[in-house]
Amino acid sequence: MNKVRIQAQLTPYLFLAIPVVIYLIWVIGPMIYSFYLSLTRWDGFSAPAFTGLANFRRLFADPVFYTSLVNNLEWVLVFMTIPIVLGLFIAMGLNRDIPGSKVFKACFFAPMVLSLVVCGLVWSWLYNPAFGLINGFLRAVGLENLQRGWLSDPKIVMESVIAVAVWRQVGYVMVLYLAGLQSVDQNLVDAAEVDGANSVQRFFNVILPQLAPVTVVVVVISIIDSLRAFDLVSVMTRGGPFNSSSVLANFMYIEAFNNYRMGYGAAIAVILFMISLVFIVFYLQRVAREETRG
Amino acid sequence: MTPTARAVLLTVIIVLTILWLVPIIVALITSLRTNDDILLNGFLAWPKKISLASYGQAWRRGGLDQFLPNSFIITLPALFLTLLLSSLGAYALARFRFRGRQLLYFLFVGGTMLPFQILLLPVFRLSDHLGIYDTYLGLIAIHTAFQLGFCTFVLRNYMMTVPVQLMESARLDGCKEIRIWWSIMLPLTKPAFAAVATLEFTWIFNDYIWALILIRSSEKMPVTTGLAILQGQYVQDWTVIVSGALMATIPTIIVFVFLQRYFIAGLTLGSSK
Repeated sequence: MNKVRIQAQLTPYLFLAIPVVIYLIWVIGPMIYSFYLSLTRWDGFSAPAFTGLANFRRLFADPVFYTSLVNNLEWVLVFMTIPIVLGLFIAMGLNRDIPGSKVFKACFFAPMVLSLVVCGLVWSWLYNPAFGLINGFLRAVGLENLQRGWLSDPKIVMESVIAVAVWRQVGYVMVLYLAGLQSVDQNLVDAAEVDGANSVQRFFNVILPQLAPVTVVVVVISIIDSLRAFDLVSVMTRGGPFNSSSVLANFMYIEAFNNYRMGYGAAIAVILFMISLVFIVFYLQRVAREETRG
Repeated sequence: MTPTARAVLLTVIIVLTILWLVPIIVALITSLRTNDDILLNGFLAWPKKISLASYGQAWRRGGLDQFLPNSFIITLPALFLTLLLSSLGAYALARFRFRGRQLLYFLFVGGTMLPFQILLLPVFRLSDHLGIYDTYLGLIAIHTAFQLGFCTFVLRNYMMTVPVQLMESARLDGCKEIRIWWSIMLPLTKPAFAAVATLEFTWIFNDYIWALILIRSSEKMPVTTGLAILQGQYVQDWTVIVSGALMATIPTIIVFVFLQRYFIAGLTLGSSK
């Protein structure tokens, strides 16, 4: 083998060396190390002590774990319905030549660029029971009995937090569908119209099937984002009152970094990871199929 | 569409738009009022006095004069490094056939969807061991590394669409690969760079959890964890909290107003091919 060929074979590895090493040290390595930590007892100061599956046994008997799991599930279900329906509706509406559609798009899109911390703080103010806009508005229009402690009532606190996430998510879904609508074959839509399909039929039978690839992406993103949910909960409620708005990500943070039960926190992280992995693998399979096709 | 249907659609969209803007308008109004006025007369009362005092208070006493510059000190190097490194990796993944190529690509793509929690404790420990816990560098390192996944994914797919012939002729002329990457590939990849950079700027700038885990001293905090501190300091003083929150969004709002096109392009590039 001559020198030139060896060089040619080495080239891609040289290009990849630094990014891959950094990625392995800060992402892939830590991911694997978390599995080890989940099998230990560790307070963050002394060395981790191996305890086998003790953390998981304790976790499966912990009521806060189940509350968090149910809350994450609720988050997923809401995210897979309200923002997708609203986002698609708005995208369909703004895809036509409506006057000022650019301005409308920007308004729905604006919350996306705000950090979740900012969204959480602003909405905490809207939710403020005594002085906030929402209860103030309800008082002003004579609906006093609808007033709530939006973030202090365990029955509705989770929905109050998820509402903020929805507010931010709709614009994102709208953007993805607007892009998807660009590739919808207008000829098919026109042909259906000639054949006498009304606008509802055209939407469900012609447009929506063509948007299926976008819908898959939107659904995967919605699930992954719901499982990642942390910032809003951390800023608005810290999982309270009485853990009623706890989600897995926040539960893990509190156990690991507030209670210094780091092995236990790692066990929660592993469970969260395993749930996410199902959807990551599903998505990667899809990417792999596209790779072989194109 | 019939004119009535059109009118109904337009009305629904206008109502939704107004509803969507309410939180932002409320925040703006709140920031211009005084806390005493709000606590005394409620939010819905006509403002007694308009003042910018709460902005000043959030800026100086609330510490935003420190938090906001910190955010830039963290975001800009991380953004630069992740773009540079991912463009190297993406070039190799897009242009060469070699063992492990698919595996690496899937590791990068899959990594973008990880829940952060699976990395928190090990990265916390790693940073501590490397002596970069509670430093800007520690935060820059994790942002650079984590964002490599998304950037490599998008840039690699974009580079796949660049015609091979452009590079082949340079290669035949004896051009070094690194020169081809720098002077042929990178200029052609500009649109993807603009899109990814805009998106990544907002993501890194808006990060909360990594700053929470890796920065302890308030003088090094970026604006997100800084705001959480501010909220603790001014528990009932909503005008200061909201003013701080609004100031914290100015950089990303500027990006949004001027680079919205790229931001949207980035989102759609990342979600489809």
